[in-house]
Amino acid sequence: MAGVLRLTGVTKEYPRSGAALRDVSFELNKGEFIFLAGHSGAGKSTLLKLISMTERPTHGEVRVSGYSSKSVKSREIPKLRRRLGIVFQDFRLLPDRTAEANVAFALEVTGARASSIGPKVSRLLTQVGLASKATAFPHELSGGEQQRVAIARALVNDPFVLLADEPTGNLDEKATHAIYLLLREINASGTAVVMATHDVSLIERTGMRFLELDRGNLVYDGSDVARLKADLRGGGRR
Amino acid sequence: MKLAWREVLLAFRRSPALALLSVTTIAFSLFAFGLFGLVAINIQTALRAIEDRVEIRAFLVDNAKEAQVNELLAAVQRLPQVADVGYVSPDSALQRARAELDEFRDVMEGALLPGSVELRLKPGARDPETMRQITGRLETYPVVEEVRYGREWVEKLYRVRTVAGVAGLGLGLVFAVVAVIIIGATIRMAILARTKEIEVMRLVGATNAYVRLPYLIDGTLKGIAGGGIALTMAWIANRAVARSFMQTDFFTTEQMVLGVLAGAVIGLLGSWLSVGRHLRRVWQDS
Repeated sequence: MAGVLRLTGVTKEYPRSGAALRDVSFELNKGEFIFLAGHSGAGKSTLLKLISMTERPTHGEVRVSGYSSKSVKSREIPKLRRRLGIVFQDFRLLPDRTAEANVAFALEVTGARASSIGPKVSRLLTQVGLASKATAFPHELSGGEQQRVAIARALVNDPFVLLADEPTGNLDEKATHAIYLLLREINASGTAVVMATHDVSLIERTGMRFLELDRGNLVYDGSDVARLKADLRGGGRR
Repeated sequence: MKLAWREVLLAFRRSPALALLSVTTIAFSLFAFGLFGLVAINIQTALRAIEDRVEIRAFLVDNAKEAQVNELLAAVQRLPQVADVGYVSPDSALQRARAELDEFRDVMEGALLPGSVELRLKPGARDPETMRQITGRLETYPVVEEVRYGREWVEKLYRVRTVAGVAGLGLGLVFAVVAVIIIGATIRMAILARTKEIEVMRLVGATNAYVRLPYLIDGTLKGIAGGGIALTMAWIANRAVARSFMQTDFFTTEQMVLGVLAGAVIGLLGSWLSVGRHLRRVWQDS
């Protein structure tokens, strides 16, 4: 199956802090679920920024859903972003709007028809299990619930891939597991998921493919958790 | 567009204090600029009024013939710089002198004053150089005995006018730049409070134009409101001065419209620049 996302020899250097990624290549297949593992500062966020074309690589090429980092024009990037769903550790909800308004907002800014917004928002909130809290403001929700709202928002444009940057970083174990299950569910319905995390136990439990980054280098691509444990838990590598 | 207006309204409802602060800042910056403008306008008006009184007087020889005088008048009238010209006969000169210098009435009994030709120049031709030229021209006529125009005084007036003009332009520019900087900073502050929103909008794939629109409307409205308030304050200040000191000119309608438009443009530009800065920052590290 053709990859929907491909990085070829990608290096990203920042003027001040130097290389954040060095010669990274990998491919994500349609509907796949992968983890991005590594310490903080290993380059996980940079990788996600390159995929969303928030940043462009210094060398190499990022191809996402037909767009190449080499040729994409600035005005095409909003179109690309509508094909991606992005979720953050800190949720990034607008604090002055209700859960449903936060989700609707994402539809509105992309020019969706007004009549289609309402039904879609309630369907998405139901999907993430928050139908009963549609009119709650973010500060009235728990961390896990806020992340569900953020996930619902990321799904409004039916993305082909969901990029999650430490989505469970601020959550307790129970909420973490629930969010993971939700992401699996989303994945089961055909959306690819790239989830950055430093939660080794989560990767361990699932036994799924993971990419391990260490100081900007892609040091492992596979599903051998024993290896990850040695690297991340053994210490001394930082 | 409808959504953009809703966002504008929402932003105002959320932080009316900040919006009010922006409008007030814009109003006071433009007010300072406007006051300065008023002073400049009134100085120019005063100088023009003085200039209007500048005239050249050519005294004629005692035995000037009527034909000679008429010839001179006709020649003077043909000069393009001349606004109007008049003849003062020896008799009327005497009458005028008596009226103006009542105390010397007796002294002037039976005195003989020379007749003269008085002329005033058009605006724009009242500089010392032109006056010297015209004077030289008049002196070539044999019927003219002497030409006077208060040379030193005219030169001084002209210098004052030039200095006032240059200083006005320079200071006005400084005031305008300060106003733009202050207003820009105010708008940036308002936008900084909404960085998160801009980020989220970009994240979900809003186009730059879409992100910008509410801020542009917001900035423009604030600019117009600020401009209107500044104009009102300037009007009140002007009236206070006019009542207690002296008659002053206020802005013409065109200048008022221009002033409010300037507020709108500054608001628009300030927002445009400030949003642009944020459009590049989408994915801040948490």
